[in-house]
Amino acid sequence: MHQIFTVANKEFHDGLRNRWLVSITLIFALLSIGLTYFGAAASGAVGVASLSTTVASLASLAVFLIPLIALLLSYDSFVGEQESGTLLLLLTYPLSKSQLLLGKFIGQGGIIALATLLGFGASAVVLYMQIGDTAILSTFGIFIISAILLGLSFTAIAYLISLSVSEKSKAAGFALITWFLFALAFDLALLALLVGVEEGVTQQGLTQLMMLNPADIFRLVNFAGLDSSDVNGALSVAINASLSQMQLFSALVAWVVLPLTLAIFIFKKKKL
Amino acid sequence: MNTPLVSLIEAGKTYGQLDALSAMTMSLNEGEVLGLFGHNGAGKTTMMKLILGVISPSRGKVEVMGMAPDSKEAWNCRSKVGYLPENVSFYEQLTGLEVLTYFVKLKGFSKAAGKKLAVDLLEQVGITHAMNRQVKTYSKGMRQRLGLAQAFIGEPKLLLLDEPTVGLDPIATRDFYKTVDQLKSNGSSVILCSHVLPGVEQHIDRAMILSTGKLLAMGTLSELRQQAALPVVIKPLSFKKGGLNGTVTQDAILNSFITGTCPNTLLVPENEKLAVLKQLLSLNDLDDIQVESANLEQVYQHFLSAHELSEQQLSGNNKTNGGQG
Repeated sequence: MHQIFTVANKEFHDGLRNRWLVSITLIFALLSIGLTYFGAAASGAVGVASLSTTVASLASLAVFLIPLIALLLSYDSFVGEQESGTLLLLLTYPLSKSQLLLGKFIGQGGIIALATLLGFGASAVVLYMQIGDTAILSTFGIFIISAILLGLSFTAIAYLISLSVSEKSKAAGFALITWFLFALAFDLALLALLVGVEEGVTQQGLTQLMMLNPADIFRLVNFAGLDSSDVNGALSVAINASLSQMQLFSALVAWVVLPLTLAIFIFKKKKL
Repeated sequence: MNTPLVSLIEAGKTYGQLDALSAMTMSLNEGEVLGLFGHNGAGKTTMMKLILGVISPSRGKVEVMGMAPDSKEAWNCRSKVGYLPENVSFYEQLTGLEVLTYFVKLKGFSKAAGKKLAVDLLEQVGITHAMNRQVKTYSKGMRQRLGLAQAFIGEPKLLLLDEPTVGLDPIATRDFYKTVDQLKSNGSSVILCSHVLPGVEQHIDRAMILSTGKLLAMGTLSELRQQAALPVVIKPLSFKKGGLNGTVTQDAILNSFITGTCPNTLLVPENEKLAVLKQLLSLNDLDDIQVESANLEQVYQHFLSAHELSEQQLSGNNKTNGGQG
């Protein structure tokens, strides 16, 4: 435990030193406060938009940004240390591979989690002061927790990439592809399936397919509770057959735990 | 008789088709300094990784402090092992002190004790003046010193140093060897891995010569000299007019050791050295004698070229695979 904490502490401080925490928090805060105030601009008014519009726009943005940020933050965690020779050195210390991996995960995950909490929390506070509705807190609570889980999930996926390749530049390439597949291509493919193939997939089947993408689970979590007027596309179909919030959160947690377990497994098999 | 600190019993490592390290048997006792010599890809680093327990042997057995180093039981021993990798660039954005504090904590020291230890170690390797600067501003030599400080954490019982003197200036090299001697007198064992040979001779107890994953020779320097059967170079000198040429060639014993290429030099086998010296001392015109035994570098060259020759003969019949580690 002491070892995990030492590694986590170092990784967290690296995140502070490299201005990751500050930049992510700023991006999230600016975006969410901006969307909160100007989200209604499309309908011709400036001012605080409705809660569901705000959360819908926030979630649509977060679903692209958070995976990208998590992948950027963590793609070189292992391959970078391998290239500089410190990975081999660390493994001669009384430090197991799973301790090192979990330590890194806690440290870097901590950066993502804290930035998400501070950044989006800021707009929750602003909105609460303007409207004073307690529904804001619960809606934002769900949004922030699912956003954190989404970030952690892509941190774990980044470790998978980082442990599977032997060059930093390759890891960067794979991270970009992974982001493209999960954030963009997957939904387009679903839409194509839905529109192009008649009777190709049932509503139930679609929802199950969406469980294969943590970004879509995140969307489902946040859109399920909103007025369906704010949501369109493949999602609105899925939402009607939606699973319970509990099931969706379990699926997101699984998307954190499974890649992480797989990463530990790959690390143990890795040839140094 | 105490058990050896490190022992390899028919241990070897293969990566797929590649024989990185052929089965070899060796042992290292407490307080012993072993020099490990060989070209790049000779298997030095593979052997170190086996001893460190970072990789497991493909065959045979490795034991460090009575346990397999890659096993769970050996966990506690790891804080008693120091390692300096060949190529390591530490976390560039951290200061030297921060880097060392991190490693000290990972070796199990508490925060308060760790910081003090880190400062002491940095002082020992002589980079206290730069400890609050980022590692990216360090020169090659300073990085090497930081790596050494890291290897010295916690007074290790076993030290494995891969090319420790690369990038060090002569004074730092001297200080480094002083530290090695000191650790040795405290009962620590050291494995020094190098292809820089001059200067290392008087600090090692035994040498091991590797090439393409095979053990070519192992033993104390004098044992290796004997195995190599390299002659001692003796140069009798005379300041008188005409020199010694006449007298030496006339002497029946001495005459046989004179080589054609350099007339004033005798090449004498180790076991006849004293007889020749006695004979030389009896000469009247003699003013001075230079005696040079074969040094480590010559012994190393001898074993390598002998090995290459036998490899060539082998590949004449069937193609051998040249290995690398």
